[in-house]
Amino acid sequence: MEMDLNERFEAYVAADQKIEPRDWMPDTYRKTLIRQISQHAHSEIVGMLPEGNWITRAPSLMRKAILLAKVQDEAGHGLYLYSAAETLGVNRDKLLDELHTGKAKYSSIFNYPTLTWADVGAIGWLVDGAAIMNQVPLCKCSYGPYARAMVRVCKEESFHQRQGFQIMLRLSEGTPAQKAMAQDALNRWWWPSLMMFGPADDHSPHSAQSMRWRIKRFSNDDLRQRFVDMTVPQAELLGLTVPDADLRWNEERGHYDFGAIDWEEFNNVIAGNGPCNRERLEARKNAHDAGAWVREAASAHAEKVRQRAASTAHQAA
Amino acid sequence: MATQPTDWPLWEIFVRSRQGLGHRHVGSLHAADAAMAIQNARDVYTRRQEGVSIWVVPAEQIVASAPGDKEALFDPSDDKIYRHPTFYVLPDAVKHM
Repeated sequence: MEMDLNERFEAYVAADQKIEPRDWMPDTYRKTLIRQISQHAHSEIVGMLPEGNWITRAPSLMRKAILLAKVQDEAGHGLYLYSAAETLGVNRDKLLDELHTGKAKYSSIFNYPTLTWADVGAIGWLVDGAAIMNQVPLCKCSYGPYARAMVRVCKEESFHQRQGFQIMLRLSEGTPAQKAMAQDALNRWWWPSLMMFGPADDHSPHSAQSMRWRIKRFSNDDLRQRFVDMTVPQAELLGLTVPDADLRWNEERGHYDFGAIDWEEFNNVIAGNGPCNRERLEARKNAHDAGAWVREAASAHAEKVRQRAASTAHQAA
Repeated sequence: MATQPTDWPLWEIFVRSRQGLGHRHVGSLHAADAAMAIQNARDVYTRRQEGVSIWVVPAEQIVASAPGDKEALFDPSDDKIYRHPTFYVLPDAVKHM
């Protein structure tokens, strides 16, 4: 019987049919999705921190309003994703606990510091650009609630990337010091952005199964290549130099060749030893703990309103 | 004391994108009560002019058909193609019908 269900499931997803929350699914499919969606959700809310750092120091009121809107979007993305994860029967508090205790991972990119205003531009342009590259195929993921969340996320990310590119453009057209600031941000964010696509295909053990289940549509290396091909001409347009001596157009392949990624750095950051891992986790835990009174107040208020309504109904009767 | 967000009920959120259209399911969220659910739904699901009206419904109040009943409920309509106008072939002389 179990075998039949499994076979039917495999055939169903292979035919690009969608799975909805109450449909039968293999345990490993459910677990894989919970892990992926919750890591994705964690990345969205931890991702608010590096940029939130610049809200009070944005160079103009317009930039400040834009950055606020972007950071608010990231909170919203986190919520869409936690909700999608919850449809798989997992409790959100448990997911948050796993984040706060360091058991769950989030994207390595958010463990790098935002040292200058240009970093806000570089994050929008490169980090959100890489995220879009990763997320657009997820809009067609086999799990319905995840796919629907990603449609909303992708629509909003497009604004994020453009506002980032525009910051970089303004700086590149500015004074030599401003242009140097943009170049410095590109230098620091380029390689971590390439790492966002995850380990090379031959070191990505779950990829094959996720591809078969239509959770993943393209391999890490394919998406990384696409990102490089798309971004290098944009850097040229900005008049900035991509920090890679091995980068060159390969006429034969029709793609850019690029240098080796420092996987030791990647593994180190994933293991918790990046420049800001500890700071990010602290900030996240503080935000959660400092918000406890708001949650308590909301619960108390709701209870009071309920009691008041009950006693009014009682008196009326 | 309930202080964790998921101790709060789950609300399913429906948004009417503009007058003349029906409310459409957009997602869900936890909230302590209906007023908070509407407030949060507004912040989460209508940041870009997506709506003119919001419904919030306690998820536990929704009664759904079981996935296992799909065949029993919906297969019977598969063999009734005569319910569709395309089933009827008309002479070319009939221009509009």
